[in-house]
Amino acid sequence: MARHVVATTSEIPPGGNKVVTVSGREIVVFHVNGEFFALLNRCPHEGAPRAKAACVAHLRSDEPGQYRRSRVGEMLRCAWHGWEFDMRTGQSYFDPQRLRVRSYPVAIEVGEDLAKGPYVAETFPVTVEQSYVLIEV
Amino acid sequence: MADVLDRPDVRSSPVADAKTRLKIIDCDIHPSLNSRAEIGAFLSKRWQDHLKTYGDHLRVPFTSTTPYPRSSPLICRRDAWPPNGRLPGSDLPFMRLQHLDPLNVEFGILQVLDLFIFSQQNLEFGAAIQRAINEWQLECWCKPEPRLRASILVGQDNTEAAVAEIERCAVTGKYIQVNVSPRANEPLGRRRYWPIYEAAQAAGLPLGIHVGGYGGHAPTGGGWPSYYNEEHHTNAHSVAAALTSLVIEGVPERFPKLKFVFIEGGFGWVPAITWRMDKHWQHFRDEVPHVKRPPSQYVREHFWFTTQPIEEPDNAHHLRAVIEWIGIDRLLFSSDYPHWDYDDARFAFKTPLTDAERLKIFNTNARAVYTFN
Repeated sequence: MARHVVATTSEIPPGGNKVVTVSGREIVVFHVNGEFFALLNRCPHEGAPRAKAACVAHLRSDEPGQYRRSRVGEMLRCAWHGWEFDMRTGQSYFDPQRLRVRSYPVAIEVGEDLAKGPYVAETFPVTVEQSYVLIEV
Repeated sequence: MADVLDRPDVRSSPVADAKTRLKIIDCDIHPSLNSRAEIGAFLSKRWQDHLKTYGDHLRVPFTSTTPYPRSSPLICRRDAWPPNGRLPGSDLPFMRLQHLDPLNVEFGILQVLDLFIFSQQNLEFGAAIQRAINEWQLECWCKPEPRLRASILVGQDNTEAAVAEIERCAVTGKYIQVNVSPRANEPLGRRRYWPIYEAAQAAGLPLGIHVGGYGGHAPTGGGWPSYYNEEHHTNAHSVAAALTSLVIEGVPERFPKLKFVFIEGGFGWVPAITWRMDKHWQHFRDEVPHVKRPPSQYVREHFWFTTQPIEEPDNAHHLRAVIEWIGIDRLLFSSDYPHWDYDDARFAFKTPLTDAERLKIFNTNARAVYTFN
């Protein structure tokens, strides 16, 4: 898999996302709680844009009236039919046996560590002050 | 089943080559008022003042929401809010950009739910706003966007005003169907509503029956549901009840040229209910001598069903069987744009269809029902 620079870390605010096209695929990169996640920008169900999903929490309940929120912002609730996916793995919580969103490894590297060459970084000036978000496709 | 659906290269995907794809006729698009003031231009001073001062009164306790709040704000897709801040479905340029153009919509039929005119308690007010909504569709949607087609909305419990409105609109030649609600004061087949059917038949317009509303009754035969999850199924129940009422009361027998389209009520239930109606008709036909033929024959000749929200059986091939039982000629594609349970024409059907079958469901079946001038 090739590695592609797709954003600077400061470019995607916490809770925000950026849609990029890499190797002909539309991929959305989310920034949640200091981590970055990259997923295909289409819901496997009916193709809704993943970037418009609501970022929600993982909710657990042991009994009626009691619930716990965890991993706030890491679950994606689709913009159309509300199917939920784990941002970390692409796993569907609606129909986990059959569906998951394609996800891609994400890395963050500082600009000075990046070798020049095949990276897709044409719109981002290389500065040593900023870190870059890379995805593998 | 495939575990991971990794969509193909966007450059060769259906999104990119809309022009070469099948043109679709979408039988359910919801335009919205951005604000109630927007309808003021089509109301007299008296009714503008009335709307501002008293608002509207339906047969449920809530006027600006439903007893069953939906799963997303304004029932809409989260990506359907136009960037200019208007409400989903209220901005024509955004509707073109998000739906009409990429989906290659040849014609889209408008179904208006704003100011739910079918259940207005104040009948005079209801008559005024049905006229206003019918004018607004032409002026704000069909005139600037020739792909869109308007429906004549009529509140069926004010039958006299409904007939007058059908006649007023039909002579313009600009409307594609008459809209009524499946949830009126009484079941749809009752004779009090027959003047509406007579007027629709005389105008040569199909009757489009979109789910929704609360006709003053619980939406299920067993009472009020507890959850939205539960209430959402009543789309199918109430339409099934309306179909049974129309057939057994003899409406298609009495109005042999009238066509009915059930919109957003699903279709998985259709085979079972027609089998059952036929069985009972064989046993008890002397109770209803006005039903001269097996009910399934009326269903096959007079009724069509829109596809959204598409049935999604675990085994996609079961959907194919249901379609065959109903008859592939009876299904009309609908998207429900911009609502949350929208169906995307490119991905909604998980069962294999031949090109000829796709052409029917997505286009030519609608032409057999509606006249697109």
